[in-house]
Amino acid sequence: MTSPFPFASIFGILFAALIIAGGLPWVERRVLALFQDRYGPNRVGPFGVLQTLADAIKMFAKEDWVPPFADRAVFVIAPAVLMVTVLLSFAIIPAAPGIIVDDLNIGVLFFLGMSSLGVYSIVLAGWSSDNKYALLGAMRGAAQMLSYEVFMGLSIMGTVLLAGSFDLVKIVEAQRGLWFVVPQFAGFMLFLIAGLAETRRIPFDLPEAESELIAGYHAEYSGMKFGLFFVGEYLGITLISSIITTLFLGGWLGPWLPPVVWFLIKTSASIAFFILLRAALPRPRFDQLMALGWKLMLPLALINLLATGAAVLAWSF
Amino acid sequence: MEAAFYTASVIAIAATILTITRSNAIHALLYLIVSLLAISVVFYTLGAPFVAVLEVIIYAGAIMVLFIFVVMMLNLGQRAAALERRWQTPAIWTGPTILSALLLAEVVYLLVRGAGGETAASVVEPKQVAMVLFSKYLIGVELASMLLLAGMAGAYHLGAQQRRKKEVQHATGADEGRAGAGGDLVHTRTGGSAGAP
Repeated sequence: MTSPFPFASIFGILFAALIIAGGLPWVERRVLALFQDRYGPNRVGPFGVLQTLADAIKMFAKEDWVPPFADRAVFVIAPAVLMVTVLLSFAIIPAAPGIIVDDLNIGVLFFLGMSSLGVYSIVLAGWSSDNKYALLGAMRGAAQMLSYEVFMGLSIMGTVLLAGSFDLVKIVEAQRGLWFVVPQFAGFMLFLIAGLAETRRIPFDLPEAESELIAGYHAEYSGMKFGLFFVGEYLGITLISSIITTLFLGGWLGPWLPPVVWFLIKTSASIAFFILLRAALPRPRFDQLMALGWKLMLPLALINLLATGAAVLAWSF
Repeated sequence: MEAAFYTASVIAIAATILTITRSNAIHALLYLIVSLLAISVVFYTLGAPFVAVLEVIIYAGAIMVLFIFVVMMLNLGQRAAALERRWQTPAIWTGPTILSALLLAEVVYLLVRGAGGETAASVVEPKQVAMVLFSKYLIGVELASMLLLAGMAGAYHLGAQQRRKKEVQHATGADEGRAGAGGDLVHTRTGGSAGAP
């Protein structure tokens, strides 16, 4: 089942996702500046809104350099993998009734599959650069994303149990009475942390850790190839935020305002949280990160799933 | 749907052949990932979306990442690729090729005879897979879980032993050993275990 206006949905969602992801660097820099008592970028256009445009022009004008020691084909493919997997994931997000690219009956699993393929862009970028810092970043990225993916999937299963479907539209419809953030609060927190790790945002940005690894896996990238990694990160934040909105915050549901507006408000709130977290938290050590994932998060996700399963079973009798 | 099935099948076969013939290990693994993705599309066109997505999540997304992770750590360079190329002599690959050709002939014979060959008879929902898995094939699930438990216990045992050895090394203060391994820059620069002033 697809939407009544397939092409309008495809272009609308693509356009909206790219515009939001394009505007986010400016929003992030301004908000962080506010937090740190500075001005941030305020020169290009009113309040500096056009800063991203200026950055994009700069990136296009830069030399797109492939290091002679790099594995050329893999080096070029790696940033594209990131963009393709993230943009494909947007296909299953219902922004409003009828505004969805493909209403897959395995939507949640499709999202998990695409996010697990996204690891390749980090791994391949780091390996093909033939640079020790890039390789270290790629190793951290692979280990981190693999570990956090495990309980990311488990933390969603509670909502899937409650809704009785992998279909994101049905999951949203099941939240008419009560948003899943209430009965699945543990799942919500676990998914939030896993989402931070998947997008490699600040408490979990060890793969790029500027102060120790220069820029980690994309240290050798320049020009628009670096631009793809850069935009890909913000697209990832947008994607995780809209998934959080859909799974836990009731998607498009809400009184008075039109559904799309509710979806955008909730997604923006989630994005704002991601950005403010960057101003608030330091970066942990890598072994602390792995220990947190396997020793705390995974058992919690399993307990949450078990408890939810027991509750659903008890309810159905 | 039929066109998608045949396209994906051709891609899967081509990618698998390329996997076998590459001498660069990472390139071979990348072709194997493409092959797995193509097989996932084949599953989808045959009406098994759940299996298709599991193929992507588990095989392409998790197991192959571990393979690439290991190969990446081994740091195989030009020399390894050259060595691999030297190993791929006709004497090595004729045997497997003959066996595979026999299998291929068998598949072609079955296709020509027209056994099977129906695409998308009915779509299998995730729920149906789960129902069958936890009723009819429960023994299989239990056996697999036992195997995984044994594997996990084994991995833990190996990891724990490794850690104990390392601690002993630290206790005896084998600075030369660590410096020789290139692990301790400060000590190598100031000359062995003399240490910093």
